[in-house]
Amino acid sequence: MLGEHGFFILACYGVSALVLGALALWIIVDGRLVRRQLEELEARGVRRRSAGRADT
Amino acid sequence: MALMDLANPTRFLALSGRVLPWLTGLALATLALGFFLAFRAPADYQQGETVKIMYIHVPFAWLAMFGYSMLAVSALGILVWRHPLADVAHKAMAPIGAVFAFLCLFTGSLWGRPMWGTYWVWDARLTSMLVLLLLYLGLLALRSAIEDPNQAGRAAAVLSLVGFVNVPIVKFSVDWWNTLHQPASVFRMDGPTIHPSLLWPLMICALGFTLLMLALHMAAMRTEIHRRRLRVLEARAAAEAAYA
Repeated sequence: MLGEHGFFILACYGVSALVLGALALWIIVDGRLVRRQLEELEARGVRRRSAGRADT
Repeated sequence: MALMDLANPTRFLALSGRVLPWLTGLALATLALGFFLAFRAPADYQQGETVKIMYIHVPFAWLAMFGYSMLAVSALGILVWRHPLADVAHKAMAPIGAVFAFLCLFTGSLWGRPMWGTYWVWDARLTSMLVLLLLYLGLLALRSAIEDPNQAGRAAAVLSLVGFVNVPIVKFSVDWWNTLHQPASVFRMDGPTIHPSLLWPLMICALGFTLLMLALHMAAMRTEIHRRRLRVLEARAAAEAAYA
Protein backbone atom coordinates (compact mmCIF):
# COMPACT_ATOMS: atom_id res chain seq x y z
CA MET A 1 0.00 0.00 0.00
CA LEU A 2 2.80 2.46 0.90
CA GLY A 3 5.25 1.23 -1.73
CA GLU A 4 8.95 0.48 -1.36
CA HIS A 5 9.50 3.46 0.98
CA GLY A 6 6.79 2.46 3.44
CA PHE A 7 9.29 2.32 6.32
CA PHE A 8 10.13 6.03 5.91
CA ILE A 9 6.45 7.03 5.77
CA LEU A 10 5.50 4.94 8.79
CA ALA A 11 8.54 6.14 10.76
CA CYS A 12 7.58 9.78 10.07
CA TYR A 13 3.97 9.31 11.19
CA GLY A 14 4.87 7.03 14.11
CA VAL A 15 7.59 9.24 15.60
CA SER A 16 5.48 12.39 15.05
CA ALA A 17 2.54 10.79 16.87
CA LEU A 18 4.80 9.67 19.73
CA VAL A 19 6.53 13.04 20.12
CA LEU A 20 3.29 15.07 19.90
CA GLY A 21 1.60 12.61 22.29
CA ALA A 22 4.47 12.98 24.75
CA LEU A 23 4.25 16.78 24.49
CA ALA A 24 0.49 16.73 25.12
CA LEU A 25 0.93 14.30 28.04
CA TRP A 26 3.65 16.49 29.58
CA ILE A 27 1.44 19.58 29.32
CA ILE A 28 -1.55 17.75 30.86
CA VAL A 29 0.43 16.11 33.71
CA ASP A 30 2.34 19.33 34.47
CA GLY A 31 -0.95 21.26 34.60
CA ARG A 32 -2.54 18.74 36.97
CA LEU A 33 0.49 18.72 39.30
CA VAL A 34 0.56 22.53 39.51
CA ARG A 35 -3.21 22.75 40.09
CA ARG A 36 -3.05 20.07 42.79
CA GLN A 37 -0.29 21.96 44.64
CA LEU A 38 -2.31 25.18 44.30
CA GLU A 39 -5.42 23.51 45.71
CA GLU A 40 -3.41 22.07 48.64
CA LEU A 41 -2.14 25.54 49.58
CA GLU A 42 -5.62 27.06 49.23
CA ALA A 43 -7.03 24.25 51.40
CA ARG A 44 -4.52 25.27 54.08
CA GLY A 45 -6.03 28.77 53.98
CA VAL A 46 -3.29 30.47 51.92
CA ARG A 47 -5.06 32.66 49.37
CA ARG A 48 -4.29 35.37 46.85
CA ARG A 49 -5.47 38.89 47.62
CA SER A 50 -7.78 38.74 44.57
CA ALA A 51 -9.02 35.19 45.31
CA GLY A 52 -12.59 36.46 45.73
CA ARG A 53 -12.93 36.74 41.98
CA ALA A 54 -14.17 33.76 40.00
CA ASP A 55 -11.39 31.59 38.53
CA THR A 56 -11.54 28.35 36.59
CA MET B 1 -14.21 46.45 26.74
CA ALA B 2 -10.57 47.26 25.94
CA LEU B 3 -8.31 44.59 24.43
CA MET B 4 -5.97 44.89 27.40
CA ASP B 5 -8.89 44.06 29.73
CA LEU B 6 -9.47 40.83 27.77
CA ALA B 7 -5.80 39.95 28.23
CA ASN B 8 -6.27 39.69 31.98
CA PRO B 9 -4.95 36.35 33.38
CA THR B 10 -8.12 35.65 35.42
CA ARG B 11 -10.33 36.41 32.44
CA PHE B 12 -8.05 34.30 30.21
CA LEU B 13 -8.42 31.32 32.58
CA ALA B 14 -12.22 31.64 32.55
CA LEU B 15 -12.43 31.99 28.76
CA SER B 16 -9.83 29.32 27.92
CA GLY B 17 -11.50 26.88 30.33
CA ARG B 18 -14.60 27.03 28.16
CA VAL B 19 -12.82 27.14 24.77
CA LEU B 20 -10.08 24.53 25.27
CA PRO B 21 -12.20 21.31 25.14
CA TRP B 22 -13.90 22.50 21.92
CA LEU B 23 -10.62 23.62 20.37
CA THR B 24 -8.98 20.27 21.17
CA GLY B 25 -11.94 18.32 19.78
CA LEU B 26 -12.00 20.44 16.62
CA ALA B 27 -8.22 19.97 16.16
CA LEU B 28 -8.47 16.17 16.47
CA ALA B 29 -11.51 15.97 14.17
CA THR B 30 -9.80 18.17 11.54
CA LEU B 31 -6.64 16.06 11.74
CA ALA B 32 -8.65 12.84 11.39
CA LEU B 33 -10.35 14.24 8.27
CA GLY B 34 -7.02 15.48 6.92
CA PHE B 35 -5.31 12.10 7.36
CA PHE B 36 -8.32 10.29 5.88
CA LEU B 37 -8.11 12.47 2.75
CA ALA B 38 -4.30 12.30 2.69
CA PHE B 39 -4.23 8.51 2.63
CA ARG B 40 -6.92 8.46 -0.08
CA ALA B 41 -5.07 11.06 -2.19
CA PRO B 42 -3.20 9.78 -5.27
CA ALA B 43 0.53 9.17 -5.22
CA ASP B 44 2.76 11.85 -6.70
CA TYR B 45 3.89 11.13 -10.28
CA GLN B 46 7.55 11.62 -9.30
CA GLN B 47 7.76 10.90 -5.58
CA GLY B 48 5.24 8.07 -5.42
CA GLU B 49 3.78 7.30 -1.97
CA THR B 50 6.53 9.21 -0.12
CA VAL B 51 4.48 12.34 -0.83
CA LYS B 52 2.39 11.22 2.17
CA ILE B 53 5.20 12.62 4.34
CA MET B 54 4.33 16.08 2.94
CA TYR B 55 1.03 16.09 4.88
CA ILE B 56 2.90 16.27 8.18
CA HIS B 57 6.30 17.71 7.20
CA VAL B 58 4.94 20.88 5.57
CA PRO B 59 2.54 21.79 8.45
CA PHE B 60 5.39 21.19 10.94
CA ALA B 61 7.58 23.61 8.97
CA TRP B 62 4.85 26.27 8.72
CA LEU B 63 4.00 25.95 12.41
CA ALA B 64 7.63 26.06 13.55
CA MET B 65 7.81 29.48 11.82
CA PHE B 66 4.33 30.50 13.05
CA GLY B 67 5.29 29.56 16.62
CA TYR B 68 8.43 31.68 16.42
CA SER B 69 6.42 34.58 14.97
CA MET B 70 4.09 34.29 17.98
CA LEU B 71 7.15 34.41 20.22
CA ALA B 72 8.25 37.64 18.53
CA VAL B 73 4.78 39.21 19.00
CA SER B 74 4.77 38.11 22.65
CA ALA B 75 8.27 39.55 23.04
CA LEU B 76 6.93 42.94 21.95
CA GLY B 77 4.19 42.55 24.57
CA ILE B 78 6.85 41.86 27.20
CA LEU B 79 9.25 44.65 26.25
CA VAL B 80 6.84 47.39 25.10
CA TRP B 81 3.66 46.89 27.14
CA ARG B 82 5.18 44.77 29.96
CA HIS B 83 2.02 42.69 29.94
CA PRO B 84 2.17 39.61 32.20
CA LEU B 85 0.07 37.51 29.81
CA ALA B 86 2.59 38.21 27.02
CA ASP B 87 5.33 36.66 29.16
CA VAL B 88 3.08 33.68 29.91
CA ALA B 89 2.35 33.23 26.18
CA HIS B 90 6.05 33.54 25.34
CA LYS B 91 7.19 30.99 27.92
CA ALA B 92 4.43 28.51 26.98
CA MET B 93 5.14 28.63 23.23
CA ALA B 94 8.91 27.94 23.30
CA PRO B 95 8.83 24.16 24.02
CA ILE B 96 5.86 23.63 21.67
CA GLY B 97 7.60 25.47 18.83
CA ALA B 98 10.78 23.50 19.50
CA VAL B 99 8.87 20.22 19.12
CA PHE B 100 7.36 21.33 15.79
CA ALA B 101 10.78 22.49 14.51
CA PHE B 102 12.32 19.15 15.54
CA LEU B 103 9.54 17.18 13.83
CA CYS B 104 9.96 19.28 10.68
CA LEU B 105 13.67 18.38 10.56
CA PHE B 106 13.06 14.73 11.46
CA THR B 107 10.33 14.11 8.88
CA GLY B 108 12.26 16.14 6.27
CA SER B 109 15.33 14.01 6.89
CA LEU B 110 13.36 10.76 6.46
CA TRP B 111 11.74 12.19 3.30
CA GLY B 112 15.15 13.25 1.96
CA ARG B 113 16.73 9.80 2.20
CA PRO B 114 14.55 8.07 -0.46
CA MET B 115 14.13 11.23 -2.61
CA TRP B 116 17.60 12.84 -2.48
CA GLY B 117 19.66 9.84 -1.42
CA THR B 118 20.73 11.54 1.81
CA TYR B 119 19.29 12.31 5.24
CA TRP B 120 20.96 15.72 5.43
CA VAL B 121 22.68 18.38 3.37
CA TRP B 122 23.93 21.75 4.58
CA ASP B 123 21.76 23.71 2.17
CA ALA B 124 20.19 27.05 3.12
CA ARG B 125 16.67 25.75 3.90
CA LEU B 126 17.76 22.84 6.08
CA THR B 127 20.45 24.85 7.85
CA SER B 128 18.17 27.83 8.57
CA MET B 129 15.51 25.46 9.96
CA LEU B 130 18.19 23.87 12.18
CA VAL B 131 19.09 27.40 13.36
CA LEU B 132 15.40 27.95 14.18
CA LEU B 133 15.40 24.79 16.34
CA LEU B 134 18.60 25.96 18.06
CA LEU B 135 16.98 29.36 18.73
CA TYR B 136 14.02 27.63 20.38
CA LEU B 137 16.41 25.50 22.49
CA GLY B 138 18.45 28.61 23.32
CA LEU B 139 15.32 30.35 24.59
CA LEU B 140 14.48 27.38 26.82
CA ALA B 141 18.06 27.27 28.14
CA LEU B 142 18.11 31.04 28.74
CA ARG B 143 14.90 30.99 30.78
CA SER B 144 16.12 28.13 32.93
CA ALA B 145 19.54 29.76 33.43
CA ILE B 146 18.21 33.04 34.92
CA GLU B 147 16.64 32.72 38.36
CA ASP B 148 14.61 35.94 38.40
CA PRO B 149 11.50 35.23 36.22
CA ASN B 150 11.08 38.90 35.14
CA GLN B 151 14.71 39.19 34.08
CA ALA B 152 14.52 35.80 32.35
CA GLY B 153 11.39 36.92 30.47
CA ARG B 154 13.02 40.14 29.25
CA ALA B 155 16.23 38.36 28.17
CA ALA B 156 14.22 35.69 26.33
CA ALA B 157 12.13 38.42 24.67
CA VAL B 158 15.24 40.19 23.37
CA LEU B 159 16.72 36.92 22.07
CA SER B 160 13.46 35.97 20.34
CA LEU B 161 13.23 39.38 18.63
CA VAL B 162 16.84 39.15 17.43
CA GLY B 163 16.27 35.57 16.29
CA PHE B 164 13.12 36.53 14.37
CA VAL B 165 15.39 37.65 11.52
CA ASN B 166 15.83 33.93 10.81
CA VAL B 167 12.12 33.38 10.01
CA PRO B 168 12.15 35.19 6.62
CA ILE B 169 15.51 33.53 5.93
CA VAL B 170 13.87 30.11 6.38
CA LYS B 171 10.94 31.12 4.16
CA PHE B 172 12.94 32.71 1.32
CA SER B 173 16.12 30.60 1.54
CA VAL B 174 14.93 28.47 -1.38
CA ASP B 175 14.55 31.61 -3.53
CA TRP B 176 17.73 33.41 -2.47
CA TRP B 177 20.13 30.47 -2.77
CA ASN B 178 20.45 27.31 -4.84
CA THR B 179 19.16 24.58 -2.56
CA LEU B 180 18.58 20.85 -2.85
CA HIS B 181 15.27 21.55 -1.10
CA GLN B 182 12.52 22.33 -3.59
CA PRO B 183 11.19 25.92 -3.91
CA ALA B 184 7.86 26.99 -2.39
CA SER B 185 4.92 25.20 -3.99
CA VAL B 186 1.90 26.46 -2.02
CA PHE B 187 2.32 30.12 -1.02
CA ARG B 188 3.57 31.61 -4.30
CA MET B 189 2.77 34.83 -6.15
CA ASP B 190 1.52 32.79 -9.13
CA GLY B 191 -0.53 30.36 -7.03
CA PRO B 192 0.11 26.81 -5.80
CA THR B 193 1.86 24.35 -8.10
CA ILE B 194 0.41 21.31 -6.30
CA HIS B 195 -2.56 19.50 -7.84
CA PRO B 196 -5.80 20.13 -5.86
CA SER B 197 -6.12 16.41 -5.09
CA LEU B 198 -2.94 16.73 -2.98
CA LEU B 199 -3.35 20.37 -1.96
CA TRP B 200 -6.71 20.03 -0.17
CA PRO B 201 -5.64 17.22 2.19
CA LEU B 202 -2.46 19.22 2.89
CA MET B 203 -4.40 22.36 3.78
CA ILE B 204 -6.82 20.43 6.03
CA CYS B 205 -3.90 18.70 7.81
CA ALA B 206 -2.24 22.12 8.21
CA LEU B 207 -5.45 23.54 9.71
CA GLY B 208 -5.70 20.56 12.09
CA PHE B 209 -2.09 20.93 13.26
CA THR B 210 -2.58 24.70 13.67
CA LEU B 211 -5.62 24.12 15.90
CA LEU B 212 -3.63 21.47 17.82
CA MET B 213 -0.75 23.88 18.37
CA LEU B 214 -3.15 26.59 19.59
CA ALA B 215 -4.84 24.10 21.96
CA LEU B 216 -1.48 22.94 23.36
CA HIS B 217 -0.41 26.56 23.74
CA MET B 218 -3.62 27.49 25.53
CA ALA B 219 -3.27 24.53 27.93
CA ALA B 220 0.40 25.38 28.61
CA MET B 221 -0.54 29.03 29.23
CA ARG B 222 -3.17 27.98 31.78
CA THR B 223 -0.55 25.88 33.60
CA GLU B 224 1.94 28.76 33.55
CA ILE B 225 -0.63 31.16 35.08
CA HIS B 226 -1.38 28.61 37.79
CA ARG B 227 2.37 28.08 38.36
CA ARG B 228 2.85 31.83 38.91
CA ARG B 229 -0.05 31.89 41.37
CA LEU B 230 1.48 28.90 43.13
CA ARG B 231 4.80 30.79 43.49
CA VAL B 232 2.96 33.76 45.03
CA LEU B 233 1.07 31.54 47.47
CA GLU B 234 4.24 29.63 48.44
CA ALA B 235 5.99 32.94 49.17
CA ARG B 236 2.99 34.09 51.22
CA ALA B 237 2.87 30.78 53.12
CA ALA B 238 6.60 31.03 53.84
CA ALA B 239 6.21 34.64 55.06
CA GLU B 240 3.28 33.69 57.31
CA ALA B 241 5.27 30.77 58.73
CA ALA B 242 8.22 33.08 59.44
CA TYR B 243 6.00 35.58 61.35
CA ALA B 244 4.14 32.86 63.28
